[in-house]
Formats: sequence, C-alpha cells, structure tokens
Amino acid sequence: MELCPLIKNILLLDSEGKRIAVKYYSDDWPTNAAKEAFEKSVFTKTQKTNARTEAEITMFDDYIVVYKFVQDLHFFVTGGENENEIILAAVLQGFIDAVGLLLRGNVDKKEALENLDIILLCIDEIVDGGIILETDANVIAGKVASHSMDAGAPLSEQTITQALATAREHLTRSLLK
Amino acid sequence: MVYVMIKELSPSADEVIIVTSSLMKDMTSKTDMYRANAIRVLCRITDGTLLTQIERYLKQAIVDKNPVVASAALVSGIHLLQTNPEIVKRWSNEVQEAVQSRAALVQFHALALLHQVRQNDRLAVNKLVSSLTRGSVRSPIAQCLLIRYTSQVIRESANNTQTGDRPFYDFLEGCLRHKAEMVIFEAARAITELNGVTSRELTPAITVLQLFLSSFKPVLRFAAVRTLNKVAMTHPMAVTNCNIDMESLISDQNRSIATLAITTLLKTGNESSVDRLMKQITNFMSDIADEFKIVVVEAIRSLCLKFPLKHRSLMNFLSNILREEGGFEYKKAIVDSIVILIRDIPEAKETGLLHLCEFIEDCEFTYLSTQILHFLGIEGPKTSDPSKYIRYIYNRMHLENATVWAGAVSTLAKFGAMVDGLKPHVFVLLRRCLFDTDEVRDRATLYLNTLGGDGAVVETGADVKEFLFGSLDIPLMNLENSLKNYEPSEKPFDISSVPKEVKIQPLAEKKAPGKKPTGLGAPPPSPSSTVDAYEKLLSSIPEFANFGKLFKSSPPVELTEAETEYAVNVVKHIFDGHVVFQYNCTNTIPEQLLENVIVIVDASEAEEFAEVASKPLRSLPYDSPGQTFVAFQKPDGVPAVGKFSNMLRFIVKEVDPSTGVAEDDGVEDEYQLEDLEVVAADYMLKVGVSNFRNAWESMGADFERVDEYGLGPRDSLAEAVNAVVDLLGMQPCEGTEVVSPNSRSHTCLLSGVYIGNVKVLVRLQFGLDGPKDVAMKLAVRSEDETVSDAIHEIVASG
Repeated sequence: MELCPLIKNILLLDSEGKRIAVKYYSDDWPTNAAKEAFEKSVFTKTQKTNARTEAEITMFDDYIVVYKFVQDLHFFVTGGENENEIILAAVLQGFIDAVGLLLRGNVDKKEALENLDIILLCIDEIVDGGIILETDANVIAGKVASHSMDAGAPLSEQTITQALATAREHLTRSLLK
Repeated sequence: MVYVMIKELSPSADEVIIVTSSLMKDMTSKTDMYRANAIRVLCRITDGTLLTQIERYLKQAIVDKNPVVASAALVSGIHLLQTNPEIVKRWSNEVQEAVQSRAALVQFHALALLHQVRQNDRLAVNKLVSSLTRGSVRSPIAQCLLIRYTSQVIRESANNTQTGDRPFYDFLEGCLRHKAEMVIFEAARAITELNGVTSRELTPAITVLQLFLSSFKPVLRFAAVRTLNKVAMTHPMAVTNCNIDMESLISDQNRSIATLAITTLLKTGNESSVDRLMKQITNFMSDIADEFKIVVVEAIRSLCLKFPLKHRSLMNFLSNILREEGGFEYKKAIVDSIVILIRDIPEAKETGLLHLCEFIEDCEFTYLSTQILHFLGIEGPKTSDPSKYIRYIYNRMHLENATVWAGAVSTLAKFGAMVDGLKPHVFVLLRRCLFDTDEVRDRATLYLNTLGGDGAVVETGADVKEFLFGSLDIPLMNLENSLKNYEPSEKPFDISSVPKEVKIQPLAEKKAPGKKPTGLGAPPPSPSSTVDAYEKLLSSIPEFANFGKLFKSSPPVELTEAETEYAVNVVKHIFDGHVVFQYNCTNTIPEQLLENVIVIVDASEAEEFAEVASKPLRSLPYDSPGQTFVAFQKPDGVPAVGKFSNMLRFIVKEVDPSTGVAEDDGVEDEYQLEDLEVVAADYMLKVGVSNFRNAWESMGADFERVDEYGLGPRDSLAEAVNAVVDLLGMQPCEGTEVVSPNSRSHTCLLSGVYIGNVKVLVRLQFGLDGPKDVAMKLAVRSEDETVSDAIHEIVASG
C-alpha cells in the first residue's frame, strides 16, 4: 500500500563501494547483478560529496537516497520518489547511532566486519519487510544487545570478547580481594 | 541470530515442521525478544493452515504489554494481509485496542494495519481518522501516517461536497506547528497536494517550507525545494515570496538542490528578474551534469515563451551554451528549443537562424546538421534577406559527410524554388555540384531539370514546388510495400493506390521536422504490416483475387472460448462488393490431426449476403495455426449487416504421439462455433484528422444532418460516450474520447472514411439529463447525403 512509508533498501558499503551489509525490501532489483549495479551507481554518484557532518540527500532513477559517511563506512537508505525524505533521514540516523552504540564508538570497517552479526541484527530490527519498526537508536541497540547477550545461550553463542571480558572481570575481582 | 537466518532461508511450511514447533514454543516463552522474533519468523514462513493454529497466540501478542512483541505481531499482520486477509480481519478488535496503546510505535503499526484492513470501507476510514485527529497520537511517524490518511479522506470526500472548508483542513494546519520536522513537512506537502487548493490555504504551508529552505540540513532543503517546485507548476504566484531564499540556493553544494532551485525560479520569475537569473545560470551551467542541463534548457524555453520580449538575451544564452561541450541529447534539446522559439516568436527569427548557421559550422552530430539545414530550407526563404544563408549552406557541401551534403543540396534547391531572385545564383552553385559524388549529383540534376535549367528568372510552377518539396502524406512502410508489389507493366505506378490506413497521431508538441518529409507521425509497424499481410494473402488466393481493393479488415474476433480443443478466431475483410471471412484455426490436441477443415456458415439471418466461394484448409496439425476462408457476395456499396452462425467441419485422424504419424482413415466430425455479426461499424475506417475544425469548415454543410437522441439511463457519461464511439467505429480526434470526471456534458469529435471512400465527420454533444439519463445531439457532415443518413440510421437502431 502506498500510504504507509516504505523503505526500499538499507546499504552499508565501505570506502571503495564494496558491500559490507545490505538488505533489500523491494522487488525493484530482482537479480544480484541488478543489486550490485545499483550499489555501484549509488556509490559513484555520492563519492564526491561530503556527507560527514550532516546527512545528504540525492535523487536518481526515481529513488531518493539519504546517506552519511562515518570514518570509512558509507550508510545509505533508499525510498521511493514520493516518500517523505525526513522519515528516511530519521531511519538513517537511527541506524547510524545504533551501530555506534553497538560497536562501542569504534565505527570503522574493521570493527564492522568483526561484528557483522550485530550489524545484520541491527538492520533486521529497524525495518521488517519494508515497514519501519523502530527509529530510536537506544531502543534498537537494546534489542540487539539482548539478542546477543543471553543468559540461557550456550557458551559457544557468546562471542569470544564477551567471554574474555567476563573472565577478565573475575580475575580483577579476585586480584583485588 | 538464528531467527534472521530462518527468515532468510524462508523454506515452505511443510519442510520445517520441527522448526515451527520449536518456534511455537518460543512464542510462549518468558523472554520477550524470543517471542517477538518467533512471531516475525513464523508469519514469514507459515501458510494458511498453520496460521489458524497460532492465531490465538498472535491475538494475545497484539495486546501484550511489551511494545516490541506487540509491534512484531502487528507488522506481521500487515504482511499477512497480502496472503491471508480473512484471518487478519478477524483480529480487528485487538488491533483497535492496540491503537489506543500508550507505546508510540505500537500505535503506528496498529494504525497502519487497521487502515489496511478497512481500506475499502470509506466510512470506516473516515471514522478512524476523525477519532484520531481529536485524540492524541504519540509518535511522529504515526502522525505522518494519519496525515496521509486524512488527505486521502479529503480527496474522496471532495467528490461529493462542492464548497466550504474542507473537513480536516484545520487538523492539517495544526500539524504545521508540530514539534517534529517530519510531521510539519508531511502536513505542508499534503496541503500543497490537495485538489484545487486556493492560495489562502497554501500560504501557511509555503511559509513553513520557506523556513526549511534556509535550514542547515540538506535533507530539509531538498524536501522543501522539491515541494515548492511542484507547487510552482500550478501556483507560481504563491511561491514568489520564496524567490530570494531560492536564489541563494543556486550555489548550494548539493547539485540536485541547486538544479531544483533554478528550475523553480525559472517558473516563477518575472520579467525584471530574468536578466539577473541568466547571469547566475551561466556560471552554474558548467558545474552540473548533462541530464540536469537538459532540465534547465527546457525550463528556459518555457520561460522565453512566457516572456517573448526577452528573447534576445535568452537566445544569446542558448547559443552560448550550444557552443560549449555537451552530449548529443543536450545539444538536441537546445536546438529544439531554438527552433520552437523561432517558430513562435517572429522577431527572434533572424537572430535565431544566424545562431543556428554558426552552430552547424562545427557541429559534430550529423543528425543535427541535417535537421537544421532542412529547417533553414523552410524558414530561410521567408526571411527578408535569404542570400545570407546561402553561404553557410554551400559551405556544408564541401565539408562534413555525405548525408550533410545531400541535405545541403536539397536546401539550396528550396531556396532557389521559393525565392525567384536567387534562382540564377542557385543554379550556378548547383551546376558546380554535378561533378560531385552520386547522391549530390543525382539530386542536383533533378533540381536543375525541374526548376528550369536555363537560369532565367521565372516563376516556379506551383505543382513543381509541390512535387519537390510537398510532404508525402503516405506512410513510408506502405509505400515501400506497394512498390515491392508493383510489377513493371504498361500502367505506371499509381501513388494514390497506396493504402493510407495508419494510426495518425496528433502532433503533441511542435518539434523540428525530420530530415525527410514523412507522413504525419511515424506509423506503428504492426497495423500497416497486418493490412499488407492480409492483402497479400487474399490476392494470392485466385478465387478472391478479383474482388477489388480491400477496404477494411477487422481485428480478430474470437469464436471459441479459451482452453477449448480447437481455437478459432475470425477476421472480417470488407471489399466493395464482397465480404470474406478468414477463420484462423488452431488445434490444441496433440493426438489429433485435422484435415479438410471448412466452416459451414448459415447465413439465413443475413438475407443480403450470398455465399460465393470457400477455400478449405487441407491439413491442420497440432499447434500450427491455419486459415480457411469463406466469401460472400453482397450488394455493391451498401453497408449490409447480418448475423452468421458457424460450424467447423473436418475429418479427424488419430495421431500416435510418440511417432507423430497419423492413421490412414479418419472420422468426420463437427464443432459448433459462436455466431458472427457484420455490423455497420465494420464499414467505417478509423481515420483521424489533426485539425477537426478546419476539416469541418471545409466539408461544408451541404450534406449535414443534425438530430437529437435520448440514450436513456447509463452508468456514466464516459460509458455512454464509449458506447456510441464503438457503435460508429470512427476515430476520436484531438483526444475528445476522454471524458473528464464529474463533468455534466461532453463534446466528442469523430472522423472516419466510409465504404466508397467517403470522408465523414461527426460531432457529438452529450449531456447529463437528470441523475442518469444521457441525451445526445449528433451532427454529421460528409461528402455524400446517403452516408449522413446512414450514420443516423446506425445510431437510431443501435
């Protein structure tokens, strides 16, 4: 239905235009080749601009794309041409802030690739099948965090860093005792 | 994480019994996150039967205290609405409760779901909107959604109410003062998109958008400029206040914003600001990409048409940018604009033509050069001093490539033909061309001979001019086919025998003429080629060869329903004194081979027709269509009508599917087909005219017949118009077959050619008499009295 605000895709590309994490919610790009062509054209079109302080916006091919660059990562959110641009910007901002919270402030390519599962969960919690689920970064980060850190989950599910963190905590406590 | 994976893989429900049962357990688990995600995943992979089992849990989830779970259930409901709408509709009560929830986004999702469910019930949507506009909506996104629903309600209710303030307009205006930017923007956009909005209603929205123009966030600036651009197309006066802010946006870093600002300014500018704008644009053009440049060029063109006095500066601007670098599409757009300006603004002609001449001196696109040369040929002789242009044209003949040479020779000859004083000079030049390459030499010879080669200053005959430079009314495809069919014999080729039947499209915007004068608009290849195919087919059959020229072939009419064993459709060919039915048959049964297929036609209800010949189809194997024909004689020139019942008769032989060999003996069988009618509309060719008024005046009122008819109750005015147009079978002209919604009257202009080659023009005036009754006034003009009467007969009996 066209009245409900719909997101067409969310992209996270690196500084050369290669994909890190992407999710498409529309059938406008049926094949993988079409998707990659779209990513490439979006990247080349926005390469020269400076979108670091404020989210920038552009329009081509009947799509509106809002984007922002943080360190060496490029975040994009795409909507149809009649979409409310400010809603798209809100989604983008929520995504970026949530990623910032989850990666504990180190938003760069290495961290993103190491925590790819968190990024994918994050994208999943923001938009479901094109409909916006959440735009508040804190809530998103909370949902993702409660997914990954779970009391009932077996040890293998917990990431190594968390296990080390807990171990370190125990060690310091026993040393200080 | 596992949930995400399952969603990605999304297998079908019968494969994942294990997964679904564990997911169902998860749905009732204590951890909220599990519940939410389990719901989302299940709804993605489930089908109808499983859905009924989990429905209970979903209903509980919708009213769950945890907003995450509730949102998950609601969003899944929205998705499920596409596949299993009845189940989702049963949850209305719970969804209604969720709309009142305190959590912001739950309200948003509930609102979306409820609206989707109740979409078709206008009254329910109305109630929903009014209750929420009075109540409180907690999240900005939900507010935006509500605004969109409100504008939908306004749009639908506008069909009934005529005057007075719209309902909910106050709500929209109140939203303009909301805290969240997205709500303000959504409200402003909704107001600008209302049907028939007045300037008073627009003012608050425009003020708000003006504030956005100077925001530091590019997203806001972009959104505001885009909306103002749309408004400027319909209400330029309302946007003039923002001009100052927009001028500062021209130098914005974001190129899309800058282009939008410029195009808006060009639409709203007034005469005094045009000069200032031009200066700023010149600096700007070098920065932007080709597709933006084309947008700007078109905006400049409309601006110039609005302010013809400014043509000098605008024309200078266009010629300057023409000289710079650019792609083919871009330069073509500029050339087209200059040509249109020359056509519409007489004072600009001289300067414009000179600019174009300078351009072809170093134009790298052959197409554009030839186009300009042709255009020069038309306009040049009409100017005060045509000799100026001859130098430019003659230069083209020795540089560039062959296509340009040919165009240049034609143009020179045109100058010579139109302007008698120049004739001797032109001849000298043409004679020099006689030693050039083929195309140039041939053309030069032709022109020299026809225009009188002795170089005397004589008046060129009108028919010579017409022969050389008149436009060819006949589509090229038809001409080509006729020439191919023509066998060299005593009789010379008669150009008037080439069928003119083609869809003539009205010229939407006057574009520069192509390099060879072709017919009015290019014909789509299929109709003309089908006509020729039929002609060839029919003339190849000796029995039908002497029926004369084919007047009209109707489109295929199905005589069997879909998915039957034998699919048959019929094409009616109308000749002057005969009618031929061509039955296209297809055998869809692989195990059968049909032979000696003929159609027995019962013409007892069509007294004026007498069967004269029939041509059977020798063999009809599986899946290869074949044709069989039956010809009837009818009184010459009379549009006889009648009904024919058809029966397909054939010998059917069994075919062994593995070997494909048929048995030797077969069984005779019959297959009933549907009836076929020949109606008056079959005798009418749809031929349009581009200027109805001229044709109407020139036809004269000698054979005019006017009468009034009451058409009785009809579904709508549009339906009545369509019914009459179909009945007459004539071509609607100038787009008059489109009836605007809510109109109480409509005039439709039709034209066609009747059998006997009689041109007919019809003017229909429809009026809504009372709630449903339609009255019609029919005025017919034609070259033959009987035809006008016949048209009235058709309508009276139809």
